[in-house]
Amino acid sequence: MLAKRIIPCLDVKDGQTVKGVNFLNLRYAGDPVKLAARYSEEGADELVFLDITATNEGRETMRNVVENVAKQVFIPLTVGGGIRTLEDIRNILLAGADKASLNTAAVKNPEIIFQASKAFGSQCIVIAIDAKREADDWYVYINAGQKKTDIKALDWVKTVEKLGAGEILLTSMDADGTQNGFDVELTRHVSLNTNLPVIASGGAGPVMEHFSEVFDKGAADAALAASIFHFDTLKINDLKEFMTKNKIPTRLMPSCI
Amino acid sequence: MSVITILDYGAGNLKSVTNILEFLNCEYLVTNKKEDIKNAKSLIMPGQGHFGQFMNALQEKDLTEITVEKIKSGTPFLGICLGIQVLFEYSEEAADVKGLGIFPGKVVKFTHGKIPQIGWNKLKTTQNNSFLSDDYVYFVNSYHVIPDDKRIVSAYCDYNGDFVAALEHENISAFQFHPEKSGEIGYGFLKKWIDKFVCF
Repeated sequence: MLAKRIIPCLDVKDGQTVKGVNFLNLRYAGDPVKLAARYSEEGADELVFLDITATNEGRETMRNVVENVAKQVFIPLTVGGGIRTLEDIRNILLAGADKASLNTAAVKNPEIIFQASKAFGSQCIVIAIDAKREADDWYVYINAGQKKTDIKALDWVKTVEKLGAGEILLTSMDADGTQNGFDVELTRHVSLNTNLPVIASGGAGPVMEHFSEVFDKGAADAALAASIFHFDTLKINDLKEFMTKNKIPTRLMPSCI
Repeated sequence: MSVITILDYGAGNLKSVTNILEFLNCEYLVTNKKEDIKNAKSLIMPGQGHFGQFMNALQEKDLTEITVEKIKSGTPFLGICLGIQVLFEYSEEAADVKGLGIFPGKVVKFTHGKIPQIGWNKLKTTQNNSFLSDDYVYFVNSYHVIPDDKRIVSAYCDYNGDFVAALEHENISAFQFHPEKSGEIGYGFLKKWIDKFVCF
């Protein structure tokens, strides 16, 4: 049986891990290479790097970060943020990433999903979706949540699945930053209606039940969080012991090699 | 320690494999040249992507026969992911393309659950196993192998039913999972393979 995955997310700006609310009041959270190694030791099942620099120099720095992480951390690495072209995907994979995550670029040009999955394999292509509730449904937002589209979240999921996407990284804009727990309803709505694995994101607080809830009730395949791990308000190994006690299939770290 | 030859068929990204070999202080040669394969002391065949494309790429570079010959003549061989699947003759992924046909059997698609299987699954080792332990390892696959001879299976995993996660037979070892992405556990498995076949 597949284990439910715990995925720390590292927002990287100019080669440093940062954390802020809505990109404001950024706090430095340390060297991403060291942080990645620490998370891997603590039992992270995968790592997501989100490049929040907008400049070309920043992108180059990001590739160096990924290259250095991949030399010493041997778990899957996903990189997102500013990836627009097949060339961008190729470069980040060559740097050592296992998957590239596309958001706005995929909405603007869905064809890229098809091309990228053909060129690199579906398993490399993660589609990140920022969704926000309106009345009885959820809508897709682009440009880092700044711009609403008319596309319903589940319709978009079905489209990207047909085009060859390998995984969905689903962020609830309503829950994001609240630390009040994942958006169980949105996660369940998507996860039960797609054949793709769904990573739930947004809203995790330093409360272990937030995770058991999104796995049990939300049917998530993985859960992603950032600040609670960076600032040690929740330890990955403690969380995984809690999940095991609650009968959620979990990869515990081997005690010794 | 001798140099490990890594067969590069062109479409796969080999970086994670070479990264972990460097971490293990191994010398390696990434190649698609027939002569290099012929001279290989040990062979790793990582693979991602499509069964048909893989076999066609091998064929185009005229590497199919030499690869089969090397495997059959006892050269230590490690297949990873698609590298386990091409050891068989037939895959549902490319019904019109022949695999290497080292083992009788076939490659089929998962029929239940989310596809691809992406994530960590727990190995259930068999008695025919000398590298693995019953731990979680990282998988990304839509297809899995069904060998006719079950005695070569070294581990199963459960994904809505048991499937073959690893094989072992004489000089041939093959993993459906990615040891190079399975953290310390995967690192340990590779080290054991190297200790047994590369620096013995």
